[in-house]
Amino acid sequence: MDFSIIVSIFLMGLASAMLLFLISSGLTLVFGVLGIVNFAHGSLYMLGAYLAYSSTLLLNPMLGSFWLALTTSTIVVAVIGLLIERFLLKHIYKTDHIYQLLLTFSLVMIIDGLVKMIWGLDPKSFSEPAFLSGSLSVLGRPFPAYAIFIILAGIVLSLLLWAFLSKTRFGRFIRAASADRDMTNALGINVAFIFTAVFTLGSWLAALGGVLAGPLRVTSPDMGSTIIIESFAVVVIGGLGSLPGAFIGSLLIGLLDAFGIFYLPRFSMAFTYILMALVLISKPTGLFGTEEN
Amino acid sequence: MIKNILYGILLLALISCPFVITNYWVFLLTEVLIMAIFATSFNLLLGYTGLVSFGQAAYYAVGAYTAALLIKNFSTSLWMTLAGGILSSLLVALVIGFFCVRLNRLYFSMLTMAFASMIFAIIFKWRSLTGGDDGISAIARPPLGLLGWEIPLNNPKVYYFFVLFLAGISIWIMKRIVESPLGYLLQANRDNSKRAEFIGIPIRSFRLIAFVIAGLFAGLAGSLYALLAGFVSPEIAFWAKSGDPVMMSLIGGFHSFFGPTLGAAIYTLLKDFIAIKTDNWILYLGIVLLVIVLVLPEGVLGAWKKWQMKRASKQWQKES
Repeated sequence: MDFSIIVSIFLMGLASAMLLFLISSGLTLVFGVLGIVNFAHGSLYMLGAYLAYSSTLLLNPMLGSFWLALTTSTIVVAVIGLLIERFLLKHIYKTDHIYQLLLTFSLVMIIDGLVKMIWGLDPKSFSEPAFLSGSLSVLGRPFPAYAIFIILAGIVLSLLLWAFLSKTRFGRFIRAASADRDMTNALGINVAFIFTAVFTLGSWLAALGGVLAGPLRVTSPDMGSTIIIESFAVVVIGGLGSLPGAFIGSLLIGLLDAFGIFYLPRFSMAFTYILMALVLISKPTGLFGTEEN
Repeated sequence: MIKNILYGILLLALISCPFVITNYWVFLLTEVLIMAIFATSFNLLLGYTGLVSFGQAAYYAVGAYTAALLIKNFSTSLWMTLAGGILSSLLVALVIGFFCVRLNRLYFSMLTMAFASMIFAIIFKWRSLTGGDDGISAIARPPLGLLGWEIPLNNPKVYYFFVLFLAGISIWIMKRIVESPLGYLLQANRDNSKRAEFIGIPIRSFRLIAFVIAGLFAGLAGSLYALLAGFVSPEIAFWAKSGDPVMMSLIGGFHSFFGPTLGAAIYTLLKDFIAIKTDNWILYLGIVLLVIVLVLPEGVLGAWKKWQMKRASKQWQKES
């Protein structure tokens, strides 16, 4: 086997791992702090991609339309996330987790329905910014520059996220709320505000993942339900609520998937779930998870 | 007493209604009955054992695909087809359940979902056997062999009676199960699994029994659905399908035995009602569900019981 092919597959896997991390980091943050398994996370990802598609259509003649589309669509989705948390989730924090599951499930149906109504069933596509559209040579083999960009962007964003959570004051509040909600509240920190902020941040990350995935994959009405199940796998493998866990989980699944498709295409879909099942059976709390709460 | 009379009236209505309604409604009511089996079996886990399975579509789909493949490849009789559907989903539930029942709460839900996704991937990718995303179509209903007689089931009304009979028996068996010592052991697991373990109940074994029973009835529902629709596609194994029994149980109320059945009726009819009006039924169904979660979190039967209790306590206050 040619070594350069393996490097190419590895880089492709890394790119999808970084996209997966953007999505699952939001999912795991929301679970860690709010205690909610957000099924609608994949729908917000999809919404980000569709909004970016429409924005690039509107802004087509202008220069740098991709970046403008990225900014506007992620902000719009973040605002939608804020409204969802303020007006819907707020009412169900104290109920059994099955109601929370059902509420986010109904949001999946509503957002998916809206997407089908507005954009129809046909897949859409939009392209990357011009300067990233070419390919680079990796060990003499052409490799899309945009995928390299995704890898770099993913690394930068993970570092930023880590710095935000561990080095800033507000990040410490978030981690406190995640560790013990009531105690944090008793110490005079506005936990309700932290909940809103975390859900908004999570929605923004999901939308960002969607926009960045747009040029690499097709934007279609089933992209949300496909990605959410993969992100669940990531979060479960890494440990519910653990950010480093989500990072490792994304790497594992991204690479496993890339090599799986290359070597055993018939079984490629099953690898993710087999890995997830193996982790859950041997260590139910996931690789980085703490005990159940 | 009043309850028994109500059940009698309901049964009478279910038996007599095919004679007055159109075939379209008969088809829909058959689907309601099938979903009632599916939702009630799921609620053995949710309502009685305290386990939220998010992968029941797997057993439903295994039952449906087994039935479809048996008829297509071996032209099996009706009883053999159903037995095959039940047996295959029982075996799959036994293997998957063996691993899942070790986990609690959210982790249990996640593992059931992981296994269900695996089943979906197998159905989707194993094209030569399952037809991939095309599914299997034109599944002919075999005639019902009964005491040497052969009754064709092609007439939707006849098939309705057959499903009504099986749904009645299945739900009756499940009711007997939850009222049996086994049922009480399951409820002990739901209410306090640690304590149940301390007093010497092997809770894992009982959880597995509940899981397998739920799986085999889901398989029966799937087989009956394959015969009703005459068509199966991987969509019935997709994770969104696993949400159906969850929603039905919550809409009806999972604290009562017949809640899921009521939920199955409301959900199926509502879905159809919306689907007639618009192609985009998923949007409106989502809105209805959202309202139900926010307004009626205990389900319809739960809200009804609460209202009755409130009324009773008011009356009691007046009298004293």
